[in-house]
Amino acid sequence: MSIFVFGFIYLTTSFSGTGYFRPEESFMLFGLLTFIQLGLVLFITPGLTAGSISTEREKQTLNILLTTSQSSMQIILGKLSSSIAFLLLMLVAGLPIYSLVFLFGGISPGQLGLILLFFILTMITVGSFGIMFSTITKKTIVSMIATYGTMIFLTGITAFFFIITLQVDMMNSGGIQSSSPMAHFWASINPGILIFTLLNPTTESFVNEMTQIEFPIWLGYTIFYVLLAASAITISVKKLRVNMKKSQ
Amino acid sequence: MIEIKGLTKKYGSLYALNDLNLTLSEGTVFGFVGANGAGKSTTFSILATLLQPTSGDAFINGKSVKTEPHEVRKQIGYMPDFFGVYDQLKADEYLDFYGASYGISGVKRAELIPQLLELVNLTSKRYEYVDLLSRGMKQRLCLARALIHDPQVLILDEPASGLDPRARVEMRDILKQLKEMGKTILISSHILPELAGMCDEIGVIDGGKLIAHGSVSDIQAQLKGERLITVKLKGLTDRAALFFEEDPFVTGLEQNSEKHAITFKYRGTEDDQMRLLKHALQENLSILSFAEQETNLEDVFMEITKGVDSI
Repeated sequence: MSIFVFGFIYLTTSFSGTGYFRPEESFMLFGLLTFIQLGLVLFITPGLTAGSISTEREKQTLNILLTTSQSSMQIILGKLSSSIAFLLLMLVAGLPIYSLVFLFGGISPGQLGLILLFFILTMITVGSFGIMFSTITKKTIVSMIATYGTMIFLTGITAFFFIITLQVDMMNSGGIQSSSPMAHFWASINPGILIFTLLNPTTESFVNEMTQIEFPIWLGYTIFYVLLAASAITISVKKLRVNMKKSQ
Repeated sequence: MIEIKGLTKKYGSLYALNDLNLTLSEGTVFGFVGANGAGKSTTFSILATLLQPTSGDAFINGKSVKTEPHEVRKQIGYMPDFFGVYDQLKADEYLDFYGASYGISGVKRAELIPQLLELVNLTSKRYEYVDLLSRGMKQRLCLARALIHDPQVLILDEPASGLDPRARVEMRDILKQLKEMGKTILISSHILPELAGMCDEIGVIDGGKLIAHGSVSDIQAQLKGERLITVKLKGLTDRAALFFEEDPFVTGLEQNSEKHAITFKYRGTEDDQMRLLKHALQENLSILSFAEQETNLEDVFMEITKGVDSI
Protein backbone atom coordinates (compact mmCIF):
# COMPACT_ATOMS: atom_id res chain seq x y z
CA MET A 1 0.00 0.00 0.00
CA SER A 2 2.89 2.36 0.80
CA ILE A 3 4.43 1.68 -2.59
CA PHE A 4 1.07 2.41 -4.19
CA VAL A 5 0.59 5.70 -2.27
CA PHE A 6 4.06 7.03 -2.97
CA GLY A 7 3.84 5.85 -6.57
CA PHE A 8 0.53 7.68 -6.96
CA ILE A 9 1.92 10.89 -5.44
CA TYR A 10 5.01 10.69 -7.64
CA LEU A 11 2.95 10.18 -10.79
CA THR A 12 0.41 12.94 -10.07
CA THR A 13 3.06 15.50 -9.12
CA SER A 14 5.34 14.76 -12.04
CA PHE A 15 2.59 14.59 -14.69
CA SER A 16 0.74 17.70 -13.53
CA GLY A 17 4.03 19.58 -13.77
CA THR A 18 3.05 21.65 -10.74
CA GLY A 19 5.18 19.77 -8.24
CA TYR A 20 2.45 19.83 -5.58
CA PHE A 21 -0.38 17.56 -4.56
CA ARG A 22 -3.91 19.02 -4.84
CA PRO A 23 -6.80 18.14 -2.42
CA GLU A 24 -8.92 16.63 -5.23
CA GLU A 25 -6.03 14.30 -6.05
CA SER A 26 -5.81 13.45 -2.36
CA PHE A 27 -9.49 12.43 -2.49
CA MET A 28 -8.82 10.24 -5.49
CA LEU A 29 -5.95 8.63 -3.62
CA PHE A 30 -8.25 8.05 -0.66
CA GLY A 31 -10.82 6.40 -2.91
CA LEU A 32 -8.27 4.12 -4.49
CA LEU A 33 -6.82 3.23 -1.09
CA THR A 34 -10.30 2.38 0.16
CA PHE A 35 -10.91 0.04 -2.76
CA ILE A 36 -7.55 -1.63 -2.22
CA GLN A 37 -8.44 -2.06 1.45
CA LEU A 38 -11.85 -3.48 0.49
CA GLY A 39 -10.14 -5.91 -1.88
CA LEU A 40 -7.80 -7.01 0.87
CA VAL A 41 -10.67 -7.48 3.33
CA LEU A 42 -12.67 -9.53 0.83
CA PHE A 43 -9.65 -11.56 -0.17
CA ILE A 44 -8.22 -12.29 3.29
CA THR A 45 -11.42 -12.86 5.29
CA PRO A 46 -12.38 -16.14 3.53
CA GLY A 47 -8.80 -17.38 3.88
CA LEU A 48 -8.85 -16.78 7.62
CA THR A 49 -12.31 -18.12 8.39
CA ALA A 50 -13.06 -20.85 5.85
CA GLY A 51 -10.81 -23.34 7.62
CA SER A 52 -11.61 -22.49 11.21
CA ILE A 53 -13.81 -25.53 11.99
CA SER A 54 -12.87 -27.89 9.15
CA THR A 55 -9.17 -27.60 10.03
CA GLU A 56 -10.01 -28.59 13.61
CA ARG A 57 -11.92 -31.54 12.20
CA GLU A 58 -9.04 -32.51 9.90
CA LYS A 59 -6.49 -32.20 12.71
CA GLN A 60 -8.78 -34.22 15.02
CA THR A 61 -8.91 -31.49 17.63
CA LEU A 62 -12.61 -30.71 17.20
CA ASN A 63 -13.96 -33.60 19.27
CA ILE A 64 -11.85 -32.54 22.24
CA LEU A 65 -13.05 -28.96 21.88
CA LEU A 66 -16.67 -30.15 21.71
CA THR A 67 -16.36 -32.01 25.01
CA THR A 68 -15.26 -28.89 26.89
CA SER A 69 -17.90 -26.82 28.64
CA GLN A 70 -17.92 -24.29 25.79
CA SER A 71 -21.29 -24.01 24.08
CA SER A 72 -21.60 -24.20 20.28
CA MET A 73 -22.35 -20.46 20.19
CA GLN A 74 -19.21 -19.67 22.22
CA ILE A 75 -17.04 -21.79 19.92
CA ILE A 76 -18.44 -20.22 16.74
CA LEU A 77 -18.30 -16.65 18.04
CA GLY A 78 -14.81 -17.28 19.41
CA LYS A 79 -13.62 -18.47 16.02
CA LEU A 80 -15.25 -15.50 14.29
CA SER A 81 -13.93 -12.91 16.70
CA SER A 82 -10.37 -14.25 16.54
CA SER A 83 -10.40 -13.93 12.74
CA ILE A 84 -12.04 -10.50 12.87
CA ALA A 85 -9.49 -9.35 15.47
CA PHE A 86 -6.67 -10.26 13.09
CA LEU A 87 -8.35 -8.44 10.21
CA LEU A 88 -8.97 -5.39 12.38
CA LEU A 89 -5.31 -5.35 13.23
CA MET A 90 -4.60 -5.36 9.52
CA LEU A 91 -6.97 -2.43 8.98
CA VAL A 92 -5.44 -0.51 11.86
CA ALA A 93 -1.98 -1.22 10.46
CA GLY A 94 -3.13 0.47 7.24
CA LEU A 95 -4.25 3.66 9.02
CA PRO A 96 -0.85 5.41 8.92
CA ILE A 97 -1.09 5.27 5.13
CA TYR A 98 -4.49 6.95 5.35
CA SER A 99 -3.01 9.61 7.62
CA LEU A 100 -0.87 10.67 4.67
CA VAL A 101 -4.09 11.44 2.82
CA PHE A 102 -5.28 13.55 5.79
CA LEU A 103 -2.03 15.46 5.56
CA PHE A 104 -3.04 16.74 2.14
CA GLY A 105 -6.69 17.32 3.16
CA GLY A 106 -9.89 16.70 1.21
CA ILE A 107 -11.17 13.90 3.49
CA SER A 108 -13.01 14.09 6.82
CA PRO A 109 -12.21 11.68 9.67
CA GLY A 110 -15.95 10.93 9.88
CA GLN A 111 -15.92 9.67 6.31
CA LEU A 112 -13.03 7.37 7.10
CA GLY A 113 -14.74 6.15 10.31
CA LEU A 114 -17.92 5.34 8.36
CA ILE A 115 -16.00 3.40 5.74
CA LEU A 116 -14.18 1.46 8.48
CA LEU A 117 -17.53 0.55 10.07
CA PHE A 118 -18.78 -0.85 6.77
CA PHE A 119 -15.52 -2.73 6.33
CA ILE A 120 -16.10 -4.35 9.73
CA LEU A 121 -19.69 -5.26 8.82
CA THR A 122 -18.48 -6.79 5.54
CA MET A 123 -15.74 -8.69 7.38
CA ILE A 124 -18.22 -10.09 9.89
CA THR A 125 -20.60 -11.23 7.16
CA VAL A 126 -17.98 -12.78 4.87
CA GLY A 127 -16.29 -14.27 7.98
CA SER A 128 -19.60 -15.75 9.16
CA PHE A 129 -20.03 -17.36 5.77
CA GLY A 130 -16.49 -18.74 5.97
CA ILE A 131 -17.26 -20.28 9.35
CA MET A 132 -20.62 -21.59 8.16
CA PHE A 133 -19.08 -23.37 5.17
CA SER A 134 -16.26 -24.59 7.38
CA THR A 135 -18.81 -26.10 9.76
CA ILE A 136 -21.04 -27.75 7.17
CA THR A 137 -18.32 -29.10 4.88
CA LYS A 138 -15.78 -31.71 5.89
CA LYS A 139 -12.86 -30.44 3.83
CA THR A 140 -11.23 -27.04 4.17
CA ILE A 141 -10.64 -26.79 0.42
CA VAL A 142 -14.39 -27.16 -0.29
CA SER A 143 -15.16 -24.56 2.35
CA MET A 144 -12.57 -22.17 0.85
CA ILE A 145 -14.04 -22.53 -2.63
CA ALA A 146 -17.59 -21.98 -1.33
CA THR A 147 -16.58 -18.89 0.69
CA TYR A 148 -14.60 -17.33 -2.15
CA GLY A 149 -17.56 -18.15 -4.41
CA THR A 150 -19.89 -16.25 -2.07
CA MET A 151 -17.46 -13.35 -1.96
CA ILE A 152 -17.29 -13.26 -5.78
CA PHE A 153 -21.09 -13.39 -5.92
CA LEU A 154 -21.45 -10.46 -3.54
CA THR A 155 -18.86 -8.29 -5.26
CA GLY A 156 -19.06 -9.25 -8.92
CA ILE A 157 -22.24 -11.12 -9.74
CA THR A 158 -24.46 -8.65 -7.87
CA ALA A 159 -23.00 -5.76 -9.91
CA PHE A 160 -23.64 -7.73 -13.08
CA PHE A 161 -27.22 -8.51 -11.95
CA PHE A 162 -27.74 -4.81 -11.16
CA ILE A 163 -26.87 -3.82 -14.71
CA ILE A 164 -28.87 -6.67 -16.29
CA THR A 165 -31.96 -6.07 -14.12
CA LEU A 166 -31.82 -2.36 -14.83
CA GLN A 167 -31.61 -3.00 -18.59
CA VAL A 168 -34.41 -5.58 -18.56
CA ASP A 169 -36.70 -3.29 -16.52
CA MET A 170 -35.97 -0.41 -18.86
CA MET A 171 -36.70 -2.56 -21.92
CA ASN A 172 -39.95 -3.77 -20.37
CA SER A 173 -41.10 -0.21 -19.79
CA GLY A 174 -40.40 0.83 -23.37
CA GLY A 175 -36.99 2.45 -22.87
CA ILE A 176 -38.02 4.96 -20.21
CA GLN A 177 -36.83 5.02 -16.60
CA SER A 178 -39.15 3.00 -14.38
CA SER A 179 -39.14 1.73 -10.82
CA SER A 180 -36.75 -1.21 -10.50
CA PRO A 181 -36.69 -2.54 -6.91
CA MET A 182 -34.67 -5.62 -7.90
CA ALA A 183 -31.93 -3.51 -9.48
CA HIS A 184 -31.87 -1.32 -6.37
CA PHE A 185 -31.58 -4.46 -4.23
CA TRP A 186 -28.59 -5.76 -6.26
CA ALA A 187 -26.94 -2.35 -5.99
CA SER A 188 -27.60 -2.22 -2.25
CA ILE A 189 -25.84 -5.49 -1.50
CA ASN A 190 -22.74 -4.80 -3.56
CA PRO A 191 -19.80 -3.64 -1.39
CA GLY A 192 -18.19 -1.80 -4.31
CA ILE A 193 -21.30 0.28 -5.01
CA LEU A 194 -21.70 0.98 -1.29
CA ILE A 195 -18.13 2.29 -1.05
CA PHE A 196 -18.77 4.47 -4.12
CA THR A 197 -21.84 5.96 -2.48
CA LEU A 198 -19.96 6.56 0.76
CA LEU A 199 -17.08 8.24 -1.05
CA ASN A 200 -19.29 10.27 -3.32
CA PRO A 201 -22.95 10.79 -2.30
CA THR A 202 -23.85 11.77 -5.87
CA THR A 203 -23.38 8.11 -6.80
CA GLU A 204 -26.30 7.26 -4.55
CA SER A 205 -28.49 9.87 -6.21
CA PHE A 206 -27.46 8.41 -9.55
CA VAL A 207 -28.42 4.86 -8.48
CA ASN A 208 -31.70 6.12 -6.99
CA GLU A 209 -32.48 7.97 -10.19
CA MET A 210 -31.74 4.92 -12.32
CA THR A 211 -33.84 2.58 -10.19
CA GLN A 212 -36.50 5.13 -9.21
CA ILE A 213 -36.23 3.86 -5.61
CA GLU A 214 -35.45 6.25 -2.78
CA PHE A 215 -34.05 3.87 -0.23
CA PRO A 216 -30.59 4.56 1.23
CA ILE A 217 -28.01 2.14 -0.15
CA TRP A 218 -26.14 1.99 3.19
CA LEU A 219 -29.32 1.00 5.03
CA GLY A 220 -30.19 -1.75 2.56
CA TYR A 221 -26.60 -2.98 2.80
CA THR A 222 -26.62 -2.96 6.60
CA ILE A 223 -29.95 -4.81 6.89
CA PHE A 224 -28.98 -7.42 4.30
CA TYR A 225 -25.48 -8.05 5.66
CA VAL A 226 -26.64 -8.20 9.29
CA LEU A 227 -29.33 -10.73 8.29
CA LEU A 228 -26.82 -12.76 6.28
CA ALA A 229 -24.31 -12.81 9.15
CA ALA A 230 -27.01 -13.78 11.68
CA SER A 231 -28.26 -16.60 9.44
CA ALA A 232 -24.75 -17.91 8.80
CA ILE A 233 -23.90 -17.87 12.52
CA THR A 234 -27.19 -19.61 13.40
CA ILE A 235 -26.56 -22.35 10.83
CA SER A 236 -22.98 -22.78 12.10
CA VAL A 237 -24.16 -23.14 15.69
CA LYS A 238 -26.83 -25.67 14.69
CA LYS A 239 -24.47 -27.71 12.52
CA LEU A 240 -21.43 -27.74 14.81
CA ARG A 241 -22.65 -30.71 16.83
CA VAL A 242 -24.40 -32.38 13.93
CA ASN A 243 -23.89 -35.86 15.44
CA MET A 244 -25.76 -34.78 18.54
CA LYS A 245 -28.88 -34.31 16.47
CA LYS A 246 -31.52 -36.97 16.65
CA SER A 247 -30.79 -39.58 14.00
CA GLN A 248 -32.68 -42.43 12.43
CA MET B 1 -22.04 -43.24 38.99
CA ILE B 2 -22.67 -44.23 35.40
CA GLU B 3 -25.91 -45.75 34.21
CA ILE B 4 -26.43 -46.91 30.64
CA LYS B 5 -29.99 -47.90 29.77
CA GLY B 6 -30.88 -49.65 26.54
CA LEU B 7 -28.36 -47.67 24.55
CA THR B 8 -28.76 -48.30 20.83
CA LYS B 9 -27.09 -46.63 17.88
CA LYS B 10 -28.12 -47.54 14.36
CA TYR B 11 -26.56 -46.47 11.08
CA GLY B 12 -29.16 -47.42 8.50
CA SER B 13 -29.82 -51.09 9.17
CA LEU B 14 -26.48 -51.61 10.93
CA TYR B 15 -26.41 -51.68 14.70
CA ALA B 16 -23.25 -50.07 16.06
CA LEU B 17 -24.72 -50.54 19.53
CA ASN B 18 -27.60 -52.79 20.42
CA ASP B 19 -29.47 -52.37 23.71
CA LEU B 20 -26.46 -51.79 25.92
CA ASN B 21 -27.21 -51.83 29.64
CA LEU B 22 -24.57 -51.16 32.24
CA THR B 23 -24.32 -49.68 35.72
CA LEU B 24 -21.01 -48.65 37.23
CA SER B 25 -20.62 -47.40 40.76
CA GLU B 26 -18.37 -44.48 41.76
CA GLY B 27 -14.65 -45.19 41.81
CA THR B 28 -14.89 -48.22 39.52
CA VAL B 29 -12.28 -48.80 36.87
CA PHE B 30 -14.14 -50.40 34.00
CA GLY B 31 -12.37 -52.00 31.09
CA PHE B 32 -14.22 -52.17 27.83
CA VAL B 33 -12.88 -55.00 25.72
CA GLY B 34 -13.78 -55.64 22.14
CA ALA B 35 -12.43 -56.09 18.67
CA ASN B 36 -12.13 -53.14 16.30
CA GLY B 37 -15.61 -52.00 15.30
CA ALA B 38 -17.29 -53.81 18.19
CA GLY B 39 -18.93 -50.62 19.52
CA LYS B 40 -16.48 -49.39 22.16
CA SER B 41 -15.79 -46.01 20.59
CA THR B 42 -19.49 -45.51 19.74
CA THR B 43 -20.38 -46.06 23.41
CA PHE B 44 -17.65 -43.66 24.53
CA SER B 45 -18.67 -41.05 21.95
CA ILE B 46 -22.23 -41.17 23.26
CA LEU B 47 -21.03 -40.87 26.85
CA ALA B 48 -18.81 -37.94 25.82
CA THR B 49 -21.89 -36.21 24.29
CA LEU B 50 -20.41 -36.32 20.80
CA LEU B 51 -23.00 -38.68 19.40
CA GLN B 52 -26.71 -38.90 19.95
CA PRO B 53 -28.03 -42.45 20.51
CA THR B 54 -30.84 -43.76 18.33
CA SER B 55 -32.62 -44.93 21.46
CA GLY B 56 -31.87 -45.44 25.12
CA ASP B 57 -29.99 -43.05 27.35
CA ALA B 58 -26.92 -42.81 29.54
CA PHE B 59 -26.60 -40.95 32.82
CA ILE B 60 -23.44 -39.64 34.38
CA ASN B 61 -23.99 -38.76 38.02
CA GLY B 62 -27.67 -38.57 37.22
CA LYS B 63 -27.28 -36.23 34.23
CA SER B 64 -28.60 -37.45 30.90
CA VAL B 65 -26.24 -37.33 27.92
CA LYS B 66 -29.27 -36.69 25.71
CA THR B 67 -31.03 -33.94 27.56
CA GLU B 68 -28.28 -32.38 29.71
CA PRO B 69 -25.12 -32.69 27.61
CA HIS B 70 -23.72 -29.41 28.90
CA GLU B 71 -23.90 -30.67 32.50
CA VAL B 72 -22.40 -34.03 31.50
CA ARG B 73 -19.42 -32.33 29.84
CA LYS B 74 -18.48 -30.67 33.13
CA GLN B 75 -18.29 -34.05 34.81
CA ILE B 76 -16.29 -36.02 32.29
CA GLY B 77 -12.74 -36.00 31.03
CA TYR B 78 -12.63 -37.51 27.56
CA MET B 79 -9.64 -38.79 25.68
CA PRO B 80 -10.46 -39.98 22.15
CA ASP B 81 -8.67 -42.84 20.40
CA PHE B 82 -7.31 -40.51 17.73
CA PHE B 83 -6.65 -36.90 18.49
CA GLY B 84 -4.55 -34.04 17.20
CA VAL B 85 -2.81 -31.19 18.91
CA TYR B 86 -2.44 -27.50 18.13
CA ASP B 87 1.06 -27.40 16.71
CA GLN B 88 1.73 -23.78 17.55
CA LEU B 89 1.22 -24.28 21.29
CA LYS B 90 3.65 -25.31 24.01
CA ALA B 91 2.63 -27.96 26.57
CA ASP B 92 1.67 -25.44 29.26
CA GLU B 93 -0.16 -23.23 26.74
CA TYR B 94 -2.05 -26.30 25.53
CA LEU B 95 -3.29 -27.02 29.05
CA ASP B 96 -3.95 -23.34 29.66
CA PHE B 97 -6.14 -23.15 26.55
CA TYR B 98 -8.29 -26.08 27.62
CA GLY B 99 -8.36 -24.84 31.22
CA ALA B 100 -9.79 -21.56 29.94
CA SER B 101 -12.28 -23.53 27.81
CA TYR B 102 -13.62 -25.02 31.03
CA GLY B 103 -13.90 -21.57 32.55
CA ILE B 104 -11.08 -22.07 35.07
CA SER B 105 -9.61 -18.76 36.23
CA GLY B 106 -6.09 -17.75 35.19
CA VAL B 107 -4.79 -17.92 38.78
CA LYS B 108 -6.19 -21.43 39.27
CA ARG B 109 -4.80 -22.55 35.91
CA ALA B 110 -1.33 -21.32 36.81
CA GLU B 111 -1.55 -23.49 39.95
CA LEU B 112 -2.99 -26.52 38.21
CA ILE B 113 -0.76 -26.80 35.15
CA PRO B 114 2.51 -27.69 36.96
CA GLN B 115 0.62 -30.21 39.13
CA LEU B 116 -0.91 -31.92 36.13
CA LEU B 117 2.35 -31.98 34.22
CA GLU B 118 3.97 -33.57 37.24
CA LEU B 119 1.21 -36.17 37.45
CA VAL B 120 1.83 -37.24 33.87
CA ASN B 121 5.63 -36.95 34.15
CA LEU B 122 5.93 -34.09 31.69
CA THR B 123 7.34 -31.36 33.92
CA SER B 124 10.53 -31.22 31.87
CA LYS B 125 8.51 -30.72 28.68
CA ARG B 126 6.49 -27.77 29.96
CA TYR B 127 7.92 -25.30 27.45
CA GLU B 128 8.24 -27.71 24.52
CA TYR B 129 6.00 -27.40 21.47
CA VAL B 130 3.25 -30.03 21.72
CA ASP B 131 3.73 -31.07 18.11
CA LEU B 132 7.32 -32.06 18.80
CA LEU B 133 6.46 -34.41 21.67
CA SER B 134 6.57 -38.18 21.16
CA ARG B 135 3.34 -40.15 20.78
CA GLY B 136 3.51 -41.38 24.37
CA MET B 137 4.06 -37.86 25.67
CA LYS B 138 1.17 -36.54 23.61
CA GLN B 139 -1.07 -39.26 25.06
CA ARG B 140 -0.03 -38.31 28.59
CA LEU B 141 -0.50 -34.62 27.85
CA CYS B 142 -3.97 -35.38 26.51
CA LEU B 143 -4.70 -37.24 29.73
CA ALA B 144 -3.56 -34.20 31.72
CA ARG B 145 -5.84 -32.11 29.52
CA ALA B 146 -8.76 -34.41 30.32
CA LEU B 147 -8.06 -33.88 34.04
CA ILE B 148 -7.79 -30.09 34.01
CA HIS B 149 -11.30 -29.47 35.32
CA ASP B 150 -10.98 -32.29 37.89
CA PRO B 151 -13.74 -34.50 36.47
CA GLN B 152 -15.08 -37.39 38.50
CA VAL B 153 -15.42 -39.60 35.42
CA LEU B 154 -12.68 -40.32 32.91
CA ILE B 155 -13.53 -41.79 29.51
CA LEU B 156 -10.36 -43.05 27.90
CA ASP B 157 -10.68 -44.56 24.45
CA GLU B 158 -7.66 -46.77 23.76
CA PRO B 159 -5.23 -44.60 25.72
CA ALA B 160 -2.33 -46.97 25.19
CA SER B 161 -2.79 -47.72 21.51
CA GLY B 162 0.30 -47.19 19.41
CA LEU B 163 2.56 -46.80 22.41
CA ASP B 164 5.84 -48.65 22.93
CA PRO B 165 6.04 -50.98 25.97
CA ARG B 166 7.75 -48.37 28.18
CA ALA B 167 5.17 -45.70 27.35
CA ARG B 168 2.43 -48.26 27.97
CA VAL B 169 3.79 -49.04 31.43
CA GLU B 170 4.02 -45.31 32.19
CA MET B 171 0.42 -44.83 31.11
CA ARG B 172 -0.66 -47.76 33.27
CA ASP B 173 1.12 -46.28 36.29
CA ILE B 174 -0.65 -42.95 35.82
CA LEU B 175 -4.01 -44.69 35.55
CA LYS B 176 -3.28 -46.56 38.79
CA GLN B 177 -2.62 -43.21 40.47
CA LEU B 178 -5.92 -41.88 39.15
CA LYS B 179 -7.68 -44.98 40.44
CA GLU B 180 -6.20 -44.31 43.87
CA MET B 181 -7.56 -40.76 43.62
CA GLY B 182 -11.05 -42.30 43.42
CA LYS B 183 -11.87 -41.43 39.83
CA THR B 184 -14.39 -43.53 37.94
CA ILE B 185 -12.52 -44.63 34.85
CA LEU B 186 -13.87 -46.16 31.67
CA ILE B 187 -11.06 -47.46 29.55
CA SER B 188 -11.24 -49.34 26.31
CA SER B 189 -8.71 -51.48 24.61
CA HIS B 190 -8.44 -54.24 22.11
CA ILE B 191 -5.10 -55.24 23.63
CA LEU B 192 -6.60 -57.28 26.42
CA PRO B 193 -3.79 -57.97 28.89
CA GLU B 194 -3.40 -54.18 29.21
CA LEU B 195 -6.65 -54.04 31.17
CA ALA B 196 -6.23 -57.11 33.37
CA GLY B 197 -4.08 -55.52 36.04
CA MET B 198 -5.92 -52.28 36.56
CA CYS B 199 -9.64 -52.90 36.09
CA ASP B 200 -12.20 -53.74 38.76
CA GLU B 201 -14.71 -54.76 36.13
CA ILE B 202 -14.51 -55.83 32.53
CA GLY B 203 -17.16 -55.68 29.83
CA VAL B 204 -16.78 -57.62 26.63
CA ILE B 205 -18.55 -56.09 23.65
CA ASP B 206 -19.00 -57.68 20.28
CA GLY B 207 -21.21 -56.67 17.39
CA GLY B 208 -22.63 -53.83 19.48
CA LYS B 209 -23.78 -56.14 22.26
CA LEU B 210 -22.40 -56.48 25.75
CA ILE B 211 -21.80 -60.21 25.88
CA ALA B 212 -20.06 -60.47 29.24
CA HIS B 213 -19.72 -58.20 32.24
CA GLY B 214 -18.13 -58.71 35.62
CA SER B 215 -14.82 -58.86 37.44
CA VAL B 216 -11.83 -60.30 35.60
CA SER B 217 -12.11 -63.53 37.63
CA ASP B 218 -15.88 -63.74 37.00
CA ILE B 219 -15.34 -63.53 33.29
CA GLN B 220 -12.58 -66.08 33.40
CA ALA B 221 -14.97 -68.39 35.23
CA GLN B 222 -17.34 -68.06 32.29
CA LEU B 223 -14.93 -70.21 30.32
CA LYS B 224 -17.20 -73.16 30.95
CA GLY B 225 -15.03 -74.40 33.82
CA GLU B 226 -12.31 -75.46 31.40
CA ARG B 227 -8.74 -75.28 32.68
CA LEU B 228 -5.51 -75.58 30.79
CA ILE B 229 -3.01 -77.90 32.52
CA THR B 230 0.66 -78.36 31.76
CA VAL B 231 2.55 -81.39 33.09
CA LYS B 232 6.35 -81.34 32.94
CA LEU B 233 8.06 -84.69 32.97
CA LYS B 234 11.61 -85.90 33.40
CA GLY B 235 11.84 -87.29 29.91
CA LEU B 236 8.65 -87.45 27.87
CA THR B 237 7.13 -90.88 27.62
CA ASP B 238 4.30 -92.10 25.48
CA ARG B 239 3.06 -93.95 28.55
CA ALA B 240 2.45 -90.60 30.30
CA ALA B 241 0.64 -89.17 27.28
CA LEU B 242 -1.50 -92.27 27.04
CA PHE B 243 -2.28 -92.14 30.78
CA PHE B 244 -3.62 -88.57 30.63
CA GLU B 245 -5.43 -89.12 27.34
CA GLU B 246 -7.42 -91.95 28.90
CA ASP B 247 -8.93 -89.62 31.50
CA PRO B 248 -12.53 -88.76 30.47
CA PHE B 249 -12.15 -85.08 31.40
CA VAL B 250 -9.03 -84.51 29.30
CA THR B 251 -9.32 -83.03 25.81
CA GLY B 252 -6.97 -81.46 23.30
CA LEU B 253 -3.84 -83.10 24.61
CA GLU B 254 -0.60 -81.88 23.04
CA GLN B 255 2.92 -83.15 23.57
CA ASN B 256 5.97 -80.88 23.51
CA SER B 257 8.94 -83.18 23.14
CA GLU B 258 11.48 -80.33 23.32
CA LYS B 259 10.25 -79.09 26.68
CA HIS B 260 9.24 -82.59 27.88
CA ALA B 261 5.76 -81.31 28.60
CA ILE B 262 2.16 -82.35 28.02
CA THR B 263 -0.60 -79.73 27.82
CA PHE B 264 -4.31 -80.50 27.91
CA LYS B 265 -7.69 -78.97 28.67
CA TYR B 266 -9.37 -80.31 31.77
CA ARG B 267 -13.12 -80.13 32.29
CA GLY B 268 -13.41 -82.03 35.58
CA THR B 269 -13.96 -80.57 39.02
CA GLU B 270 -11.12 -79.66 41.35
CA ASP B 271 -11.62 -83.02 43.14
CA ASP B 272 -11.31 -84.84 39.81
CA GLN B 273 -8.13 -82.92 39.12
CA MET B 274 -6.72 -83.91 42.53
CA ARG B 275 -7.52 -87.57 41.84
CA LEU B 276 -5.86 -87.38 38.41
CA LEU B 277 -2.65 -86.01 39.93
CA LYS B 278 -2.70 -88.65 42.71
CA HIS B 279 -3.07 -91.45 40.15
CA ALA B 280 -0.34 -89.99 37.96
CA LEU B 281 2.05 -89.98 40.89
CA GLN B 282 1.07 -93.54 41.80
CA GLU B 283 1.86 -94.59 38.20
CA ASN B 284 5.44 -93.29 38.63
CA LEU B 285 5.28 -91.05 35.53
CA SER B 286 8.35 -89.00 36.62
CA ILE B 287 6.33 -85.81 37.03
CA LEU B 288 8.39 -82.65 37.67
CA SER B 289 5.45 -80.28 37.80
CA PHE B 290 1.68 -80.34 37.37
CA ALA B 291 0.38 -76.82 36.93
CA GLU B 292 -2.78 -75.05 35.91
CA GLN B 293 -2.00 -72.34 33.37
CA GLU B 294 -3.45 -68.98 34.14
CA THR B 295 -5.95 -68.06 31.44
CA ASN B 296 -5.26 -64.61 30.10
CA LEU B 297 -7.88 -62.17 28.90
CA GLU B 298 -6.92 -62.88 25.35
CA ASP B 299 -8.11 -66.46 25.74
CA VAL B 300 -11.20 -65.31 27.60
CA PHE B 301 -12.08 -62.89 24.85
CA MET B 302 -11.54 -65.41 22.08
CA GLU B 303 -13.62 -67.96 23.95
CA ILE B 304 -16.48 -65.62 24.76
CA THR B 305 -16.75 -64.08 21.33
CA LYS B 306 -16.57 -67.47 19.62
CA GLY B 307 -19.77 -67.93 17.66
CA VAL B 308 -21.16 -64.47 18.36
CA ASP B 309 -22.15 -63.03 15.02
CA SER B 310 -21.82 -59.40 14.27
CA ILE B 311 -25.23 -57.99 13.60
